[in-house]
Formats: sequence, C-alpha cells, structure tokens
Amino acid sequence: MAQFLQYAFSGLTVGAIYALVALGFTLIYNASGVINFAQGEFVMLGGMVTVFAHLAGVPLPLAALLAIAVAVLVGVSLHLLAIEPAKGASAVTLIIITIGASILLRGLASVLFDKRFHALPPFVPGEPLHIGGATILPQSVLVLAGAAIIVLLLWLFMSRTLMGKAMIATAANRMAARLVGINTVWIICASFGVSAAIGALGGVLVTPITLTNYDVGTLLALKGFSAAMLGGMGNPLGAIVGGLVVGLLEAFGAGYISSAYKDAIAFIVILLVLFVMPNGLFGKAGVERV
Amino acid sequence: MNLFRKVAAVAVLMFASAGFADAQIKIGAVLSVTGPASFLGDPEKKTLEIYAAEINAKGGINGQKLQVIIYDDGGDPSQARTFATRLIEEDKVDALLAGSTTATAMAIIPLAEEAKIPLINFAGAVAAVDPKYKWNFKTPHTDLMACEKIFVDLQKRKLTKIAIITGTDAFGKSMHDQCMTVLTKYGIQVLHAESYGPRDTDMTPQLANIKAKADIQAVINTGFGQGPAIVTRNYRQLGITVPLYQSHGVGSKQFIDLAGDAANGVRLPAAALLVADILPESDPQKKVVVAYKTKYEAETKQPVSTFGGHMYDGFMMMVEAMQRAGGAKDKSKVRDEIEKTKNFIGTGGVVNMSANNHLGLDLTAFKMLEIKGGNWTLAE
Repeated sequence: MAQFLQYAFSGLTVGAIYALVALGFTLIYNASGVINFAQGEFVMLGGMVTVFAHLAGVPLPLAALLAIAVAVLVGVSLHLLAIEPAKGASAVTLIIITIGASILLRGLASVLFDKRFHALPPFVPGEPLHIGGATILPQSVLVLAGAAIIVLLLWLFMSRTLMGKAMIATAANRMAARLVGINTVWIICASFGVSAAIGALGGVLVTPITLTNYDVGTLLALKGFSAAMLGGMGNPLGAIVGGLVVGLLEAFGAGYISSAYKDAIAFIVILLVLFVMPNGLFGKAGVERV
Repeated sequence: MNLFRKVAAVAVLMFASAGFADAQIKIGAVLSVTGPASFLGDPEKKTLEIYAAEINAKGGINGQKLQVIIYDDGGDPSQARTFATRLIEEDKVDALLAGSTTATAMAIIPLAEEAKIPLINFAGAVAAVDPKYKWNFKTPHTDLMACEKIFVDLQKRKLTKIAIITGTDAFGKSMHDQCMTVLTKYGIQVLHAESYGPRDTDMTPQLANIKAKADIQAVINTGFGQGPAIVTRNYRQLGITVPLYQSHGVGSKQFIDLAGDAANGVRLPAAALLVADILPESDPQKKVVVAYKTKYEAETKQPVSTFGGHMYDGFMMMVEAMQRAGGAKDKSKVRDEIEKTKNFIGTGGVVNMSANNHLGLDLTAFKMLEIKGGNWTLAE
C-alpha cells in the first residue's frame, strides 16, 4: 500500500506538469488550429529565467513573475513574428514553424544562459510529508495545488470574462467570431500569451523538484502532446486528465512492471486507447465542415 | 564542413608560424573541442597548449622544439578518423594524443596501429585499452576501476547485499555491466536492480521498490549528469537510510549544488585532482595535482577538471618517453619507452605501464570520498 501511494504521488506530480503543457497545447490549438511544439520551451523559460534572475539577486517571487513575463513576451512575439505572417498557410507548415521556433529558443537559451543543469530552492521548505507510509515533498503538494488553481482560474477566465468568451467564440468559428466584431488576431495572440504564462508557471513550480536546463522543453512537449492526444486534442478537461494519466502510467509502469520500459508502457497504453478511441478519451469525432 | 576545415587550417597555420623554423618534433591531437563532448575536449586542448608552451620555453625535448597540431572533431567519430588520417599522412606527426571520447578514440586507434605511431587516448571505457593494441595507450580511469573501488569500500564496511540503480545512458549502462563482472570477486550480491532514463525527473517509484526490500545494505547509482542528483534527492525524500554510492561520473561541484543537502553522506570514487586541496601532504600525488590545478586555473580562469588532467598525464608521459628515447624520430623506441613508464605520478594516479597493461593505474588512483556539510572529504 505504501508503495502504491508512493507511485501515485510520483505520477500525480509529474502528471500535473504534463497536464499544464497539454493545456497549453489545447488553448492554442482551439484558438488557431496550430499545434505549438514550442510549448515545452515556455516551461524551460519559466525555470531558467527564474534561476538566473534569482542568481542575479532578484528575490524569488519577483524572479518567478519576471520569468512568466518573459515567457508571455516570447509567446506573443512567436505569434506576431512567425505565426501571424504565415496565416493562411497549411496546418503542417504552421507546425513546422513552431518546431523551428522551439529549436531557436533552445539554441538562444543555451547561449544566453548556459548548458548546465540548475536547481531552485523549494518555495515551501521543510521535511517530506508522510502519508500512509509514502512520502511527498511539500513542493510537490504546491505543484498539485498550483496546477489545480491554474485550471480553476482558466475556467473562470473562459466562462466569466468577455475575453474568455471571445476566445471560445474564436475557437468555435473564426469567421463568425469576426463577423460579430471580435478581433480574432488579437484573441489568437492572447491565447499564445496565456499558454506561455501557464507553461512558464508550471516551469517555475516544478524546477525545485525536477531541476532544469536549456533543453528540458523537448521531452515535456512530447509528453504534453501525447497527453493532449490521449485526452482528445482541443478539450481542456481531456488535456488535464490525459496529463495525469500519462504521469500515473509512467510511475505505475516503473514501479510494478519495469523501470527500463516505463516510457514504452505509457506510450503503448496511449496507442491502445487511440486505437479504440481515435479522438482520445474526451474528443469529439472530427466533423469536416463543408 | 568547408568552414570547419578552413578554421582548422588557420589554427594549424598559427601554430606553424609560431614554431615552424626550428620545430623538429610534431605531436598531433584530435580532440572534441566543440560539440556535446566539449566538456572533455576543451580542457584537454587548453592543457595541451599550456604545457607544450611550457616545454618549449624550457628548451624543448632534448633541445628540439615541439610543434603541436590540434584538430577539432566536434565529437564525431568519422571526423576524428579524417583528421587522424591527415595528421598521419599530411602533417607527418611523430606521435598522437587523440580521442576525447570512447567513440572517437575507437576510430583513431586502428589508424595509429596501422601507421605504427604511438598514441595516447583519453577515452573512458575499458574497450579503448583492452584488447591491447601495441601502439595504443590510455590515461583515464575505467568504470571497472570505479566499481572495484566501491566494492572494496563495501567490503570494509561489511556490506554485501546491494541494490543498483542505473541511468540508461552509455556511461551508466557500461558501468553497470562492468560492475556485474566483478561481483563474485568481492562477494557482493545484487538483490535488486532498477533503471531510469537519462532525462527522467522523478525516480521515487524505483527507489520505493528498493526501499521495500528489507535486506538491502547499500545502494549504488551508476550514471552521470543530473540523474544522480535527482536520485540522491529522492533517496533522502523517501528516508532510505542505507549508504548511497555514486559513480565517478558525478565528481564535480555541480553535483553537490544540484543535490543540495541530500548529497551529505553520499560516497563516491573520484580522482585525486578533485580534492587537491584536502589531500594529505604525504600523498604522492599532492604536489602534482596542486601544481596542475594552480597553473590551469591561473592560465584559463576556469575551474580545473579531471579531463584536462588526463591530457596532462598523457602529454607528460609522451614527453618523458621521447626524452628517454633521445627524440621522436625512432617511433618504435618512443612506443617502447611509453610502455616502460614506471612510477609516473600524474593527476589521475601513479602510472606503471607494462606490456600487458597500457593503462597502468591501480585502485589507488581513485580516492573514496564522502560528502559532508556540502563539501568533499576523504573517507579513507
């Protein structure tokens, strides 16, 4: 039982980050139809900018805010400088642009920062908490709580604010949204900014546990993308469930079956699910608009 | 590629113009100065330049000036092969100090063997010196030695039942396999084995499994990079109390920085160079490692690393062999003299070469360290 709980804690902590990355994918995909493979780089920026600002003497909370601001700036510039000028291009072209952007960001980070791994002090220091024979770090609890709060705030933003509703409208039908007076370019731009903020906040929260360097984003983007696919591309709830499921699959796979095949186990389950449910757990069947 | 060649050519010209007129001994080097293995090749190149200049300032080898030609293979074995061929055929070097990684060294060894040119390489794996090639020598410790050093320490503490957790990168896997070959020699039993991916960020599931096995008396983690730091953090998080051993792959201050307080109590085998400051005066290596560390850090303004130290050892052994051979013209004599190296005190240990041993290091080359209060201490 202690082991089961330990695997579950591990899976949930890792899964919460996958979920945030998947959520970032979902937001941008809904607003613009683009799958943004630079999503992992926002997480990297969140961690790295915080680390280096903190090293330069900026207090930790301020450094974290700065990191989120930098990520949002990068996210918005990514849209304005790379995605918007290519509007009208096919989805594949846009995806290739985002892959290029992720390589560029990684390269810049390796030059501007460095190639070493970095840690951050935990935001909530203290001994690991013991629950039923398993242990969990206070920072992990913060990651889980942080992820939950982000999801809640996002839900409030989407359902209670005019801009959130405009985003939903843009996602539903861009042409119709434009006809009722929504500035869709601005809305898509905002979706990049919000995605970047979510990714960066995830990066800030998780760095004290997982450490960070200039290319942590690659793997996170891959895992977050798998999570988004598993949940059903375009469904925010699916993204969160998908992220947690991928994290738990990895932890339980490593614990109960074999740590050598833990990634394989997770991906095999994802493939099986997609085989039976091609649109993911929560996805709607694709309808070709004519 | 073209640009790369030009840069290399310019580098050669610069060296050539510096000492062409009276250069009589040519040493060629192919190192991974850039690319993923630059943390190996870069300090090696700097060390070679610093000490070649020093030898020349002192009048060279038996009155003959040294000319050093360095090419950068970027960590690519096929580039390493190309540059080694060029050194042998066009530059007509007298000896080679080449191969920063196991992959590049393995590409160069057959060339030196065929051309009958003495070669000292800087690869980590046992394969780069065994099976023995006649013209090939190597300076860095092997992962087998690191394992044996850990096992000797386990024996001393009367711990025989262990668990091993392996990073699935080349380094971690190789060391794991080497450890497995000497278990019976030291009476060690592996009760449980786990692994993790080199990019994994959480190893608590694997460690929870290890914790659940009651009989385990110690845990060994083979791997390098950030993985061992996370293993160490998770290890303390789970409150596992048996001793944790890390490999020589984490022998840098960065490991302590990343693992934080969790690093305290961790033991690992490491080269003397890492702990130059705290070595007792009686240690035979003390003078050499302190001198190298001081000189390297003064000239490069960068912290010393064991990798540059491997080049120091290789270069000095080569120079001494050439001195004994009365120059470098008779390559076979230089090779024989390298093989006759005895009691050479280097940064990596005391070297005693023989016809059957082209590495010449024994277990005293490693010091067993324990991390205490965020710093290295000698555990012996």
